[in-house]
Amino acid sequence: MNGFGRFVADAGRLVVQPRMGFGSPRLMRDGLRAVRDAGVCTVGTITLDSYTRVGSHDTARAALASGADLNGYPIVAHPVGTTRGVTAGIAGADFPVQVRHGSALPQDIVAAGIAAGLFATEGGPLSYCLPYSRVPVAEAVPAWRETCRMLARLRDTGVEPHLESFGGCMLGQLCPPSLLVALSVLEALFFQRHGVRSVSLSYAQQTHPGQDAEAVRALRTLAREHLSGDDWHVVIYTYMGVFPRTPHGANSLLAEAARLAVRTGAARLIVKTVAEAHRIPTIEENVAALRTAAAAASGTRYAPSTEDTGILAEARALVDSVLELDDDLGTALVRAVALGFLDVPYCLHPDNPGRTRAFVDRDGRLRWSRLGTLPLRGIADPASRHDVTSAGLLHALSHVERRFDDAAIEHDLHALPLG
Amino acid sequence: MRERTPGLDVVVTSLASDAHTWNLVYLQLVLEELGHRVANLGACVPDELMVAECSRRRPDLVVVSSVNGHGCHDGARVIGLLRARPELAGTAIVIGGKLGTGGTEGARVRAARLVAAGFDAVFEDGAGVAAFRSFLDRLQAGVRV
Repeated sequence: MNGFGRFVADAGRLVVQPRMGFGSPRLMRDGLRAVRDAGVCTVGTITLDSYTRVGSHDTARAALASGADLNGYPIVAHPVGTTRGVTAGIAGADFPVQVRHGSALPQDIVAAGIAAGLFATEGGPLSYCLPYSRVPVAEAVPAWRETCRMLARLRDTGVEPHLESFGGCMLGQLCPPSLLVALSVLEALFFQRHGVRSVSLSYAQQTHPGQDAEAVRALRTLAREHLSGDDWHVVIYTYMGVFPRTPHGANSLLAEAARLAVRTGAARLIVKTVAEAHRIPTIEENVAALRTAAAAASGTRYAPSTEDTGILAEARALVDSVLELDDDLGTALVRAVALGFLDVPYCLHPDNPGRTRAFVDRDGRLRWSRLGTLPLRGIADPASRHDVTSAGLLHALSHVERRFDDAAIEHDLHALPLG
Repeated sequence: MRERTPGLDVVVTSLASDAHTWNLVYLQLVLEELGHRVANLGACVPDELMVAECSRRRPDLVVVSSVNGHGCHDGARVIGLLRARPELAGTAIVIGGKLGTGGTEGARVRAARLVAAGFDAVFEDGAGVAAFRSFLDRLQAGVRV
């Protein structure tokens, strides 16, 4: 009975978590303490800065020395004693803390975390490679294999390490749900095959609540079929695309994510704040978001989706086609990307084939417009081809932002005193 | 008029620490719709790769786009490396996006610093794409002459 995964599974209600990271150790510690003391069921996060994410630790050190702003906590640049000081007396069995980083080659980050007593992290060989790096997939796969083994070895010391797949996000928007589900399942399976037993599978809220609920049900179905043990759970990410600018719109979108999580039986939610569209949020804004999400969750009941528009069939076809490529899942992943069996729409990574396209249809659902060489012929039904223009792309990218900001403005208008 | 105007060769690029790409996808579409040819270097472009690609391609315009808040810091560093190459000393090079961590606060100071460092123009988030389009028009007129 220990570890991040077990804590979430045993919480008995939705666990809410921020994406919070500061360059200053003092601020980082204050932030963790405020999240622990938020009065709702939370786990903590140390989000790293983007220099550390790409391995530029000297740049991060120079920024620290010059007092320049960092957009997260540089866990490798700070001495291990500093990081232990950040979490001392705060992180523990009743408040597990996860390191969130975004690195395709995370070994030094994970080693720094382990040295400081932090055993939960996230990412994946495709989900942190294709969207955020230029690292070849064939290099990211062995890096994540090594990372899994580093974490798995911790069990000799009585620790249960945890690894979350970021596969349910990819570029944050305009990736159809079936591909997100397939990537989460494949990465979680990769983690388990390399010794990490406690895993979580992510799904990022997209454009349509009904479609999202169906996707999470498909994710849980495939996870049950493919994963071993019972220490796995689903984590929902509050919308990762262009965020509403109005506070009311931002909070409504967050509340919808919390309701999605509870309705679908997801165990954990990562929140976003009212500052998302504008800047890096303060500690107070993070705490407020955690409370908003917890309040929305407490008023919602589990009600699994019964809709079937084919997400499970598509995701299953993607997973099965990849698994058939090779007995070694790492080799299969590299081949799957090269063959276009996995091809993320609008992803500019040099290895991504880039032959798929997706759009938001009139009902607000994400749909394929081009399948490229995805193994979905006869399974998915791509909409008639239409060229994506810059205006069309902006319109699709801001679909959710408009839906929630327009409603917020309407809400404010109705609230105006008459006469 | 426009159909007789040869398009520009444009390099669109992010900065070394910036993993965002929707800004790059969008800029590529905007530029292509205006008849320009785009080489999109993608996310997290290391300084050396950017300098090497720009030197090799000799574009009419380099568009640096960054939205992670490190753009001012990283942009000021990389423009020095680009301008140090004789073949890029006179190339039009612009930067835009969200260039600091504090929102639009300090945008004027950042713009002045980046222009002093060697950029031809700075388009902070909020100015919209209209200012960028009119810069393109002026640049294209200059190239035509």
